[in-house]
Parts: sequence; structure tokens; C-alpha cells
Amino acid sequence: MRHIISILLENEAGALSRVAGLFSARAYNIESLTVAPTEEPTLSRMTLVTRGSDEIIEQITKQLNKLIDVVKLNDLNVHGHSHIEREMMLIKVKATGSKRDEIIRLTTIFRGNIVDVTPNSYTIELTGTSDKLDAFVGSFECDSILETVRSGVMGIARGNSALHV
Amino acid sequence: MELSGSEIIAQFLKDEAVEYLFGYPGGAVLHIYDALFKADEVKHILVRHEQAAVHAADGYARSSGKTGVALVTSGPGMTNAVTGIATAYLDSIPLVVISGQVPTAVIGSDAFQEVDSVGISRPCVKHNFLVKDVKDLAETLKKAFYVASTGRPGPVLIDVPKDITDPNIKIPYSYMPTISMRSYNPVIKGHQYQIKKAMELIKRAKRPVFYTGGGVVLSNASQSLRTLVQRLGFPITSTLMGLGAYPATDEQWLGMLGMHGTYEANMAMHETDVLIAVGARFDDRITGHLEHFCPNAKIIHIDIDPSSISKNVKVDVPIVGDVDDVLTSMLKLLKDNQENTNLEAIKDWWKKIRQWRKKNCLKYNKKTKVIKPQYVIEKLYEVTKGDAYITSDVGQHQMFAAQYYKFDKPRQWINSGGLGTMGFGLPAAMGVQLAHLDQTVACVTGEGSIQMNIQELATCMQYQLPIKIINLNNRYLGMVRQWQEFFYEGRYAMSYMDSIPDFVKLTESYGHVGMQVDKTSDVEDALKEAFAMKDKLVFIDFITNREENVYPMIAAGKGQHEMELAPDSELV
Repeated sequence: MRHIISILLENEAGALSRVAGLFSARAYNIESLTVAPTEEPTLSRMTLVTRGSDEIIEQITKQLNKLIDVVKLNDLNVHGHSHIEREMMLIKVKATGSKRDEIIRLTTIFRGNIVDVTPNSYTIELTGTSDKLDAFVGSFECDSILETVRSGVMGIARGNSALHV
Repeated sequence: MELSGSEIIAQFLKDEAVEYLFGYPGGAVLHIYDALFKADEVKHILVRHEQAAVHAADGYARSSGKTGVALVTSGPGMTNAVTGIATAYLDSIPLVVISGQVPTAVIGSDAFQEVDSVGISRPCVKHNFLVKDVKDLAETLKKAFYVASTGRPGPVLIDVPKDITDPNIKIPYSYMPTISMRSYNPVIKGHQYQIKKAMELIKRAKRPVFYTGGGVVLSNASQSLRTLVQRLGFPITSTLMGLGAYPATDEQWLGMLGMHGTYEANMAMHETDVLIAVGARFDDRITGHLEHFCPNAKIIHIDIDPSSISKNVKVDVPIVGDVDDVLTSMLKLLKDNQENTNLEAIKDWWKKIRQWRKKNCLKYNKKTKVIKPQYVIEKLYEVTKGDAYITSDVGQHQMFAAQYYKFDKPRQWINSGGLGTMGFGLPAAMGVQLAHLDQTVACVTGEGSIQMNIQELATCMQYQLPIKIINLNNRYLGMVRQWQEFFYEGRYAMSYMDSIPDFVKLTESYGHVGMQVDKTSDVEDALKEAFAMKDKLVFIDFITNREENVYPMIAAGKGQHEMELAPDSELV
């Protein structure tokens, strides 16, 4: 099953490579990983998406907790809890002739924004779940996509519970 | 007090009551060596190879329970130390390794003797640090000692760029006696509800067995383990790493379990209904094929490391906590409620175990002219009255030492169990001897392993370490040869060394005493003679039976009940 793991870790050089190294050393897979400092500058918040059986996810969270730089973590996919997840994408597509209007309509349907325009291309910003971004990408012909860049998933638990020190 | 970075290191080690520093100088640590030289407080042991520095610090730590400390230079100094660090990591040994680094300004420029020490060591340390500001140095040192020695212990590396130790930059220093870290709070106290649940299982158990590991030694829980096991009257077995935590001369002791464990220990594991795992980690050398591992057992697992629990084998009652703390709580529960265990069933269980014991799985033919390696260990046990500190290298001799030397005390048996590092034995023995200057220390080794760190004979001379080296010389890499005999149709690929040195002359050239023994009848006298030389290192080269195998054996991938016993065991 797919799990989103939120991690607060010390904002120190090498902390990211400890997490990445753990995953490669123990042959766990990482689907995506995002990290940035929080409002408290000594802490970074990481969101990591991985896949595995319950046993493997249990080991992953235990091994992550064992890293000295990991202050706290939370598996957002624990049974009985819901969460919000978002991913952001910037996508540059060919836009010429009648395609230009069609792409604007499509962008509106997906609630995206066109953030850069040239005579031959649009760059569109889109936020949502990974599925939504996949669907948007899927609505273009392969050869009309010039470039895509995705942030990876960020997640946060619903309700009052908060991951903080 | 105002100190430079290098003086801070020297002063901190003194304040932390570090007794010995094992190391080797080089460019990046010259300032540190100068400060150590001037302060002259901590005793520095100059080894002949950085790997040995770390193994010696490791042997010191294993035998004393204190944190071992090593100092190496940047680049090759640090890479040489890596095998030692990984050895300590796999066996959870508290070490602090200080490595020099090129000056901060040139880090990343492929400078002379530069290597990414933090990156290289990351997968085999509990934690590591790169010191980027001399103001952080004292706190980083304290954190390193704290992390290394608490929770599940392990090695910690501190990488110190040369400019951080500049003798001309002085800053205020004061020793911090304690430290706390928001991201590191190991659980010590076991959960009372879980402990009660475990005691319920224990009381109802019909065929219980204790399976203990290195965690008992690390937690200094030997006494509470003995009290609990003896009070319950249950059988007990242990991993290679846990030997000595429970006395091997006791009636309840089944011997070691696992790949080369005893018949009775492995059969008891296979038939148990309640397995009490204490500070052990269900390593593949213990479990054999997981499908056949303790098929009928409810499993209780006590360990300080949550990630050890249900890693390889799903357990029923996990208890996270310090082993000694949890065992003490169990004993208290046992005293408070006078209810008893299932005495009738336990009696029947012992009857069954006694049947297995009758197999006498460790017997071998002693009446050969050619020396049997097992015989040397048995005589070593007798001559040292079971009281010596024994270190070992890795291979057949290690298994023979584990099987035939009856360890009665924790920290008496020092070996590389997890990583299986050949070359560990001699440098580890140096650390053990320094930690216990008036005790007998013997290193059981083979002609393969000993040559991996033979240069340390010079260190032993420099510091007058009267270690006794028991070399079981079968002119083969015995364990490799055994596997080739069993699984590769006897094709002995590269398991034979064509030129083996004259160990007697070699030892003498370092200034020690060398002896060679090739007859069974001479073994005992040679050992007595060697151990009578209290202030000398003696290297005894025992020429042993060439194709001796270690039995019993569970082949890799087989179940724990599918042991192979010695073919001639019934003939003896």
C-alpha cells in the first residue's frame, strides 16, 4: 500500500542523505520526497511517499525514527485518520493555432493557471493530488509536452492533530 | 578557560575520563597530537594500522563496558578505520572515532588525503558529525559520547577539519557533564502492561526457552537474567554474542544455538511453545529458514531498539526497553505474585531436553595423534581455569572457541559476531588487556585471520601486552574449505595458502616468544608453559588436523531442526 510519511528533522547538512541512504541501504522504495525548512529554522519538514506491506511500512517508520536527525514523524495513512495531500506541477506545452484556446479551456477545467506565454507555448501551473496531475498530463498528446516538473507530494493530517515539536 | 580546538579535544577526553586513546597520527591530526603530547593526560596507544586502532578501542569497550575511543587522520587513515567502525556497528559497541579532515576551505576540492568521511561512514555508524565551527566542538564531542553509549549503543564518528584544531584560535571552554537532544530519547523503561502480558505467557508455558543475545551483555543485565532464569527453572540458550551472560557451567544452560549451535539448543527452540527472546535480534545465523523457526511458539521479545522487534520474525509480545530494567520488573512481578509456573509440564520438558543432550553433539575423537582444534580449546579452558578473557578472529576457530570454552562471565568472550571481521582478534585483545592489566587474555585465531593484522605484534611489544595467541593452524581457510567440501564438491578454490610464514620466527622477530606444537600429547604442557610466562606475549602455533569440520551444522537455508551432526560422532 502507498503511504505518505511526514517527518520533522534537524535542518542540518547531511540529514537528507541519511534518509535517502537509509532507503537505498535497506532496499525500500521512495516514490517521491520533498523537503524544506519550517517556520522554526532549525527544523525541516519532509514528506516521503513510499510503498510496502504493513510490515515493511512498520520497519520504515522504525528505522526512520532511529536516525538521530529525525525529531518526529507521522504516517498519514494510518487507519482511521484522514489527510490532505497536494502536489504542484509546472508543465510547458506546445501551443499554436486552435490548440491555444483548447489549452486555456483545459487549464480552466483543472483549475490551473497559465503562468508564462510565448507565441508557441504555454507554461501552466497546476496543484492537486498526484492523480489529478496525472490526468492533466494524460489529456495532452505526448509530443505536445515540452517539459514537466513536479514537486512531489506534500501532506498534512486533517483535524487538530499537528506534527510539531 | 580559553582553549584551542586541539586543546579542547585533549581536555575534553580528560574530563570525560577517557583512559586510553587508540590512534595513528597524520597530517590532518597533527595539531591534535601536539595538544595531546603537551597535555599528557590520556594514555595514547600507537597501533600499526588504523583498523587495529578501532578494533582495540572496540575490545576495550566490549570488555570494560566503557566507550572506546580512536583517533585517525583524514583520507586513508579514516578509510582504514571503516572496517573497525562497521564491526562495532554490527555488534552495537559504543565507540567514538575522531577523524581528521582537510581544512574547511579546501573540503570538496579533492585535496591531499581528502575523503568524504561523513559520507563513507554514514551507513555504518549510529551517527556522525562534521565539525564546522570550533565553537561547536565541545558540544559535538559530548553528543558523540552520549549517543554512542546510550540506547542501543554504537559507533559515532566526529570528522574534524584541520583549521578547527588551529592552535592559535582560542575560545572559552567548559565541560558539560550532561546533555540532552530533542531528537534522541531512547526508551529505557519497559511498558508495564506488556511486561504483565509476558509474565502471563511465561506462567502458562509448557515448553519455554530463553533465547538471549548480546543485548544482555551490553545492558549489564547478566545478574538479573541469572536470577530470573534460575527462579523460573527454564532452559536457556544464547547467541554467539551473548555467551557468558549466563554461566555455561550451569545445569540450565543448553549451549549456543544457531548454525553451529548444540543439538539440544536448536531442538528446544524448534519445539518450544513460549520463546523469551532477550536482547537478541533473530539474525539469519540463528533462525535458519524462517518457515521452520520456532513453529509452535508464542514469542516474547525484549529489546531496546524498536526496529529489532518484528524485523525478521513477527513477535507476539514486544517489550521495548533496557534489558536489565525489563528483567528487573519481571522479577518484581514474580515476587509480588506467588503463583507458580507449570511445574509438571516443565519437568516433562526437561526430560525431553535430557534425551537430546544424550546425543552429546560436541563429542569428537580426542585420541588422535594429530591435534584436534577442539582439544586445544578444551585444554585452554582447563589451563586458564575458565577465567581468561578470550578474543577470537573469524572462522572455524571462532566456532570451536564458542563451543568448547565454557564462558561463565559476561564480557569474557570478545568476537566479531555480526560483521565477521577477520583480523579482529589480536587488536581487540590489546584493548582487552589494557582494560584488564592483571588478567589473562588469549586470542584464539587461525593462520588466515592472524595475518590480517599480524603487524600489531609490534604494538604489543611497545606496550608490553602479554597476550597469549592460540593459533589453530590447519593450513586452510578452514570455514571456507568446509563450505567448499559440503557445497562445492570439494573444489578448494583459493582456500589454501601456498606460503605460510614460520610463525615462531616471525613472533621472535617482533621480540616475543614463539612456540610450535604438532602433537596432541604436547598441547597441555605447551599451554601451561605459555601461560606461566605472565609478562610475555607468547604465540603458540598449533598444527591441527587439516580437514576438521565444525559440527553440528545447519546449512544456510535449512530449518533449525535439520542439523547435521559429526559423521563419526557415534563412533567416539
